Amino acid sequence: MTELLLAARNVTKRFPGVLANDDVSVELRPGRILALLGENGAGKSTLVNVMFGMYRPDGGEIIIKDEVVDLRGPDDAISRGIGMVHQHFQLVPPMSVVENIVLGAEPTKLGLVDLDEARVRVVELSERYGLEVDPDALVEDLPVGMQQRVEILKALYRNADVLILDEPTGVLTPQEADHLLRVLRGLTESGVGIVFITHKLREVLAIADDIVVLRAGRVVGTTTPNQATETGLAEMMVGRSVMLRVEKTVAQPGGVVLQVEDLRVEDDRGHIAVDGVNLEVRSGEILGVAGVEGNGQRELVEAITGLRHTSGGKITINGGSLTNSSTRQIAKSGVAHIPEDREKHGIVAVYSLAENSVLNRYYREPFSSRGIMRREVIHRHAEAVVEEFDVRTPNVTVTASSLSGGNKQKLIVGREFSEDIELLVAAQPTRGIDIGAIEFIHRRILEQRDKGTAVLLVSAELDEILGLADRIAVVYGGKLMDVFDANVADRERVGLLMAGISD
Amino acid sequence: MKPRQRQLLWIAAAVIVALAWGFYSADGPQTTAVLAGTVRAATLLALGAMCGMIGERSGIVNIGIEGQFLMSAFFAFTVTSMTGSLFMGTIAGVATGLTMGWLLAAMAVGLKVDQIIAGTVLNIAALGLTSFFYDRGRSLGVSKYTNIDLGPLADIPLVGTVFFSRPPITYLTMALLVIVHVALFRSVWGMRTRAIGEHPGAADTVGIDVLRLRYLNVTLAGGFAGLGGSYLALESVGTFSRAMSGGRGFLALAVMIFGRRTPFGAYAAALFFGFTTALQNQFQLKNTFDIPPQFVGMLPFVVTIVVVALSGLVGSMRDPAALGQTYEKG
Repeated sequence: MTELLLAARNVTKRFPGVLANDDVSVELRPGRILALLGENGAGKSTLVNVMFGMYRPDGGEIIIKDEVVDLRGPDDAISRGIGMVHQHFQLVPPMSVVENIVLGAEPTKLGLVDLDEARVRVVELSERYGLEVDPDALVEDLPVGMQQRVEILKALYRNADVLILDEPTGVLTPQEADHLLRVLRGLTESGVGIVFITHKLREVLAIADDIVVLRAGRVVGTTTPNQATETGLAEMMVGRSVMLRVEKTVAQPGGVVLQVEDLRVEDDRGHIAVDGVNLEVRSGEILGVAGVEGNGQRELVEAITGLRHTSGGKITINGGSLTNSSTRQIAKSGVAHIPEDREKHGIVAVYSLAENSVLNRYYREPFSSRGIMRREVIHRHAEAVVEEFDVRTPNVTVTASSLSGGNKQKLIVGREFSEDIELLVAAQPTRGIDIGAIEFIHRRILEQRDKGTAVLLVSAELDEILGLADRIAVVYGGKLMDVFDANVADRERVGLLMAGISD
Repeated sequence: MKPRQRQLLWIAAAVIVALAWGFYSADGPQTTAVLAGTVRAATLLALGAMCGMIGERSGIVNIGIEGQFLMSAFFAFTVTSMTGSLFMGTIAGVATGLTMGWLLAAMAVGLKVDQIIAGTVLNIAALGLTSFFYDRGRSLGVSKYTNIDLGPLADIPLVGTVFFSRPPITYLTMALLVIVHVALFRSVWGMRTRAIGEHPGAADTVGIDVLRLRYLNVTLAGGFAGLGGSYLALESVGTFSRAMSGGRGFLALAVMIFGRRTPFGAYAAALFFGFTTALQNQFQLKNTFDIPPQFVGMLPFVVTIVVVALSGLVGSMRDPAALGQTYEKG
């Protein structure tokens, strides 16, 4: 009988300038679920990548099935029964479910891939573990929840008895997440051990047998759900006491600022992504758009901020039509945008902080005069932004790429908020940043609301929507399922709406 | 393939057969000449398209097919001229193609040079080197590959002459089309090849060595272009001349795209382009139109532009997702 399925002993891993794992030890036993909890950059992903053979540790050792191993690569880990479900799915979109599952471990007959036999095994596995999936569907046609099942089946097909899941619930509705947790529990009954990486405290308490908390590359706590509380875990993660819920007052909504009527927008592939959406946001309120990613939120935001053309409908801001106006025109009429993809749309990584702090108005007085940029003015402005928005940086002449995710985001927020604005469009404003920065940005968004700004908040984190929004709109398949007051919202119902089920 | 597309394909095939039959009854020799010319011209394009397709399916663009053709034709010609053996010349052509493929892989996969630049290097090098070393006085010394009748099949009117009374490299090409089709869509190699062209990261996580497979495929693909070069020097023309590939390496890329990077699709497209070439030859030969021959000679290329432009509109064609990108591990 195997004692230790998978373990790390005193693992140390350095990257240039960073100590990603510092003397980390964790243990996974058969039939147990180990939750690795920590903020972004705490070293969770590094640790599992070391255990999966993607990185070689600089110190310490990896144990698989009671045996010290020297992993040469992921295929080595796979052949020893380790399966990994990556946060970004590693599937080939135009291939079928069966093809994706057997890729790299193909059964053959007469030298050719035996897809019939593969299909039989896939169907058998999916029935045994309650992971229903159409074996002949193309992966690109499947919703994300299904794609995740394919990833899990891929590991099980290779007879994995350790399953590592990196942030598996981020892309799921609450009900889908519950289903996944049940499937994982079922797997442990057949002796599989599971490593579950997350930053969601509720899930940890619901599913884990053992909890290991990482901070700044070190293990800062080992506990079990019986002994832990959400607040206790959060404090361990961050290293100080934190407020999990933002304090907020009742909204004082004014007149309509943003009005969207019968909006239709296509995605990159030319499919309808926003399908006849009507919504309005008043000054002094936050409208939260909830939904699983990929249900038209991105296209909605891009249409409002001028990054994407609409194919029908109207967008008006303070009564003036801005449908298909240029981004500059839209920004000039008082719209601030915290984009979903900060690397792509938020900053220019190779520009300095100073230049980034005026990206949306470098051409205007006082930052330019007669077509020449005024360095000192821009510098002073940048220094003020850095000061006020707590951007941690040695100075404003370093490039934006040198900042951490949270500090980049604070720089963007600072730039967008350093002028009076009418409407704030915030898309996934706290994705992938540390709790300290999340708290800070949430407070600033609420401040804007209280100053009378209309806020459209799009987030895939239901907790963020429930915590911040005054009204909640749920989108599914490009359509608005329902809009209601936040104080009558309950998790269960929002979750069902996110899955496209209305009463 | 969707049922509707399949239906359209059958209709198109029926129309083509009906037209061919109609023309054949009206003017037998002329029709036979044009269609035989079609198949002849299609061979080179099909070989080039298979070379391009194996590269692109694995994520590597090869715009150096033109250079691979030319260099291989040169060596096929030279070796045959020196040894007096068409077979040795053919082997030399294929070996040259493999070497050129290996060079492209070394640049584009190994050194991560921009793939378009790597291909251009092949083209320029091939043109320069073959022009410099080409010896005007040298001749092939033996007669080029001759037609082989495939028994009773060759006696079928029209079809027999067009398809079953062909020289050896043309037959080999037809066999290769079937082999590449099966390999690409049914074999383990094909599945992995398609995976590394679409999502190399995913292939990597299941233990497929992306760079090694790309290296292998681009080299292997060069062999197809090499066979094309041998065809050009030893079967089609029977000699070598400066820049004799004449843009057909690029035309092969158009054929590959129009054929949706499938061997059979590419062959259909190659026949279509071959037809325009054969037609153009007949027009020039018979002086059908009273216009300068240069304009008639433009026909295949004008058709290329029109067809490639239109094919973007007809049906959705998608490039392999990772096409043209270097793969960085981790």
